[in-house]
Amino acid sequence: MQKMPRWADLALIPVLNLVIAFAISALVILAIGENPVEAIKTMVEGTFFRAEGWGYMMYYATNFMFTGLGVAVAFHASQFNIGGEGQATLGGLGVALVCLFVPWPHWSLALIAAIVTSALFGAAWAAIPAWLQAKRGSHIVITTIMFNFIAASLMNYLLSYVLKPKGSMDPASADFPAVTTLPRFHDLPLLGSVFDKNTPANITFFIALLCCWLVWVLIWRTRLGYMVRAFGKSERAAVYAGISPVRITMIAMLISGGLSGMMAINNVMGEAQRLLLNSVEGAGFIGIAVALMGRSHPLGVVLASLLFGFLYQGGAELALWTTIPRDLITVIQALVILFTGALDNMIRLPVERLFMILRRRAE
Amino acid sequence: MDYPTLLQILASTVRLGVPLLLACLAGLFSERAGIFDIGLEGKMLMAAFASGAIAAVSGSVWVGLLAAVGAAILMSLLHGLASITFRGNQLISGVAINFLASGLTVLVGQEWFGLGGKTPALSGAARFGTIALPFAEQAQAIPVIGPFYHEVLSGHSILVYVAFLLVPASWWVLYRTRFGLRLRAVGENPAAVDTAGVSVVRMRYSAVMICGALCGLAGAYLATGLSAGFGKEMTAGRGFIALAALIFAKWRPWYCLGATMLFGLLEAVSNRYQNLEIAGIPVPLQLMQATPYILTMVILAGFVGRAIPPRAGGEPYVKER
Repeated sequence: MQKMPRWADLALIPVLNLVIAFAISALVILAIGENPVEAIKTMVEGTFFRAEGWGYMMYYATNFMFTGLGVAVAFHASQFNIGGEGQATLGGLGVALVCLFVPWPHWSLALIAAIVTSALFGAAWAAIPAWLQAKRGSHIVITTIMFNFIAASLMNYLLSYVLKPKGSMDPASADFPAVTTLPRFHDLPLLGSVFDKNTPANITFFIALLCCWLVWVLIWRTRLGYMVRAFGKSERAAVYAGISPVRITMIAMLISGGLSGMMAINNVMGEAQRLLLNSVEGAGFIGIAVALMGRSHPLGVVLASLLFGFLYQGGAELALWTTIPRDLITVIQALVILFTGALDNMIRLPVERLFMILRRRAE
Repeated sequence: MDYPTLLQILASTVRLGVPLLLACLAGLFSERAGIFDIGLEGKMLMAAFASGAIAAVSGSVWVGLLAAVGAAILMSLLHGLASITFRGNQLISGVAINFLASGLTVLVGQEWFGLGGKTPALSGAARFGTIALPFAEQAQAIPVIGPFYHEVLSGHSILVYVAFLLVPASWWVLYRTRFGLRLRAVGENPAAVDTAGVSVVRMRYSAVMICGALCGLAGAYLATGLSAGFGKEMTAGRGFIALAALIFAKWRPWYCLGATMLFGLLEAVSNRYQNLEIAGIPVPLQLMQATPYILTMVILAGFVGRAIPPRAGGEPYVKER
């Protein structure tokens, strides 16, 4: 018997979790002597009352969609890929190599190549942890954490010694050739009249949406997706049904790493147009919050990404106009992860009990 | 490399290894009881902030230490609430704790002191001074051993000696007491412990609180012993290196000492030599920094001695189905 209706599971519980997370965030703002209402007003005005705000929100949301999808796909195979940060870092390396060393005639060809290499590099960075998990049972969380740090060191080395142009002081690659510049919202028909050219949102946003749809198709409309979900629900049952755990773990983690790696199209190719140190800026970890909040469903991931995009843009506005530091967003992010992820049962169990009581009354 | 340089590197190894050791022992208690803890980093950071802030306000390092232990235990209780009481995912809870600490320390620090997340510089009684071991000066006359005693073993803050004493103490508690036996059993087979009439929940809460207290010491050492005050993100991944060391040590107390000192040595060497050459081949600094993680990967891969975690680790205990 289902303990509660589907809508409650899919909508009510996440909303309740969020409400609690935001209520506590408001208390935190109060505790540091600021006004939560003013803070929200600043965030909303800075994001929604002008086109640039929308543009930034969508730019951040694009990053989070990729990393969120990455975590979500791994979740379906009951793997916790905490290595999105490292995988996106390596994806950036792939994009940089393609843009710097191949003379492209047109941005669209460069984009296709960037999609392929960023996904390949991201997947490659997930491959070793995935293989160790599948073959040797080494815990994927620990190995992906280790790989995040190794990626950071590797990137630090490459940018300090290999990719840095001669004579340059800061650890960053050379600027990509102008031909690889992706069209921003400003360059697109219809949108172009609304957004100015400094708005970083670019066509990668639509690639991210496409990826969300593709992941939905993969997970719920293909045989492979069925195998991933079956494996995630019960490994023993999946093995009994002839599903190979090694194969599914590898495939799910490679897809997960590839999606995280593709984030680099947005931040490296679409925005910075050169490879910077720490270019991922924690988006890999936000993917965890996004996947948890979105219940590992692509549609949920889109909504959660937009919410976090708003929080990021709003946080920048807070830092600009008030005395509240940007780090407030980190606290909100932590609370969202805590309440939608770890403390989920705290809300779920009482709600389930409530529905049981209501049902008994009705009968 | 001459002998005085070696001694300096070893002394620096001790200073840099101790926060890792304390955090590693903290993780040992938690994980041995079946509670994975990737929130060591966050707890250390919180403790470092609490000690830096409270020591600066009160002017007493001991009050700061108390605050650090209190703050870290609070975070542990949050972890316990999520992973023991509400049977949530321990890893997700750990991730949340890391972010919470990273955000709250700067937010509160900025509000209290307005120094961009830092706490005021500590001096005098607000910091842990160094302790000279008996006869350290006189022993210098003895060749080889004398300078070693004077430079490497003597002249650290009290928390360093506490950390080293905690290694045999942890071994004794875990392997020679009833509490330790039960704690390890809870991490291997909680149902058996439950059947024997011991509360799994209480055992696990005790374990995470010990973990919190030790993280408190680690954080306090960072902010009031190693440096003079708290700085934004001052743990700088040490919680994760401690986690790596714990795996490297295969969840055993004495091995924890060896692993953390090895990782401390790596950090000390990479701090001292920006351009290191081994056998004529230049070793980039970044490779030194990544070595703890690479070594742990090798161990995890099981090619050199397999690391087997506590069997019930990461799984919430459900008393009745």
